[in-house]
Amino acid sequence: MSAPLLELIDLTRHFPVRNAFGRRVGWLRAVDGVSLRVEPGEALGLVGESGCGKSTLGKTVMGIYTPTAGEIRFAGREIGRLPRRARRAVAKDLQYVYQDPGASLDPRWKVGPLLHEPLKIHTALTRGEREREVRAILAAVGLPDAHVDLYPHELSGGQQRRVGLARILTLRPRLVILDEPTSGLDVSVQASVLKLFRNLHATFALTYVFISHDLSVVRAMCARIAVMYLGKIVELGPTTEVFEKPRHPYTQSLLAAVPRIGGRRVTQEFALEGEPPNPRDVPSGCRFRTRCPLVQPRCAVEEPPLRILDGRTVACHYA
Amino acid sequence: MAELLTVRQLRVEFATDRGPAQVLDRINLEVGTGEVVGLVGESGCGKTTLARAILGILPESAARIRGGEVWFKGLDLLQEDPRVVNDRVRGRAITFIPQDPFTSFSPVFPVETQIMDLLKWKSPRAVNGGAPRSILRRYPRERYRADREAVVEALRAVQIPEPARALRRLPHEFSGGQRQRLMIAMALLPRPDLIIADEPTTALDVTIQAQILKLLRALVKERGVSVLFTTHDLGTAHEICDRVVVMYAGQEMEAAPTEAFFDRPAHPYTRRLLASVPGPGGELRDIPGEVPSLVAPPGGCRFHPRCDYATAECRELRPPPRALAGAHAVRCHHPVSGDAP
Repeated sequence: MSAPLLELIDLTRHFPVRNAFGRRVGWLRAVDGVSLRVEPGEALGLVGESGCGKSTLGKTVMGIYTPTAGEIRFAGREIGRLPRRARRAVAKDLQYVYQDPGASLDPRWKVGPLLHEPLKIHTALTRGEREREVRAILAAVGLPDAHVDLYPHELSGGQQRRVGLARILTLRPRLVILDEPTSGLDVSVQASVLKLFRNLHATFALTYVFISHDLSVVRAMCARIAVMYLGKIVELGPTTEVFEKPRHPYTQSLLAAVPRIGGRRVTQEFALEGEPPNPRDVPSGCRFRTRCPLVQPRCAVEEPPLRILDGRTVACHYA
Repeated sequence: MAELLTVRQLRVEFATDRGPAQVLDRINLEVGTGEVVGLVGESGCGKTTLARAILGILPESAARIRGGEVWFKGLDLLQEDPRVVNDRVRGRAITFIPQDPFTSFSPVFPVETQIMDLLKWKSPRAVNGGAPRSILRRYPRERYRADREAVVEALRAVQIPEPARALRRLPHEFSGGQRQRLMIAMALLPRPDLIIADEPTTALDVTIQAQILKLLRALVKERGVSVLFTTHDLGTAHEICDRVVVMYAGQEMEAAPTEAFFDRPAHPYTRRLLASVPGPGGELRDIPGEVPSLVAPPGGCRFHPRCDYATAECRELRPPPRALAGAHAVRCHHPVSGDAP
């Protein structure tokens, strides 16, 4: 196997829970021992319900949060605990796309300067070289050259989004973490945004970590998928296989819950009861046992390790 | 099926900085007794405005109703005395489930106070026809007791554990799914004929959404309540609706029983919308172009600038409803036949 671009080893991020007097009364275990490899050029999907820790995982990798324990290896180098200055150098290769990249544009800056800024900070290019680069990127995201003289409010929402993406791509990052990049979009707009992501992936030889709660989007975009539940990965494998034959009971319920056009009605079939427990108070043993249809006494005592099964890894005693 | 709600030729404009936006353009809509009707369309297509126009809660400062009728049980809600509508219809015969369960409760009162406040005025046991409203009016003790029992019963129906204790809690102590259950309970308590649910599961996770849809469908079918369910998620519409109406830029395009709508969509817009849902093979088909501005909308059929079948006729004249087999109506000059793409 080639060297992974990103490797997480037992990555953990806990947040302290404090009472009214500022004393720590517990830990919120947002990410709790995640190990993961992302190969260069691949698109890995990270799915799970809100509060499962998928965004915390993305932000910890980005350096927005420092890991509580574990390692983040980016291109073979540990980056989780680098001093500030050294960490900043990594930022060039590692970019994060928020839900609406258009919303993070400064309304008082024109598109041109907005796109020049990252290049000024991170590269030693001359003005002319930067200008060429900016124009190339604008073309790649499908915007006309003339837009460099417009303010963000003069663009439509979709064009703002493209500028936001262009800004991220000017630095030619190697790994892009996309955090719910299509949530809140209509399906027809979503389809064009996904198309754009797919083209950029090919054009710039990017590696994606695609965080989403929308399973159909991940299915369309990613070759591999990791399913998270309460801070842990419960199933990880090739997308087609996981979708066709989910092995972990949580993955099965998650897939069964998605309303499908033309399929059987979920409202007649769906059986999963209850809601995910609070991550401040994680159940002993297997985290899913409180809602699991297959639960056995063993699940409360022993935490199931990830084991290889059917060409993927699954964390369940009875999968 | 007897029609419970009929909207005819409804036109609504919103005042904007750039002039009036024609948000609803001669909309027609029907909801039968006991029927769950899905109102689907992309953001900005006017589905929420339509829902609000029916309830009579459009923002007064900006919205202007330019024409049309909203018939509900023999009353034209737009012409009727607003006091009568408020007394008999809004919050009683027609109730509302909002999209966002997080901001719909006041954070500072226990849910009991908030639900009982609603029932003080909208309880099915209260007959306050014509009596002047005053915040000073007392809540009759006997009715309070009967209403409170009904509340506990309703909370049990929406599967809130330990309903009597749950009532004393504050809204933040409930999860999003549970708050939406409370909203459903509140919508059912006045024993309405019609519930307008505005994207009630959009803010929820899929497993919770599946639970809520299952619950909502079971409860309304058991009680024979009609639902007008707005959503942008076609899967959800397929899940819960008996009939689906699709809107685009303030015009209704097609209305059909759920099966026909998804199997044999006749409007080019419906077909493209259905095709843009990501398929299992990863194919992505978007709709080229952008949703038109409602301040200066295209004439005729508003979809014509993005439509593959558009002709001169489409630019001039809004197509009249055309009936197809099996209660399927489409507003298109060039309807497409055949199975879904």
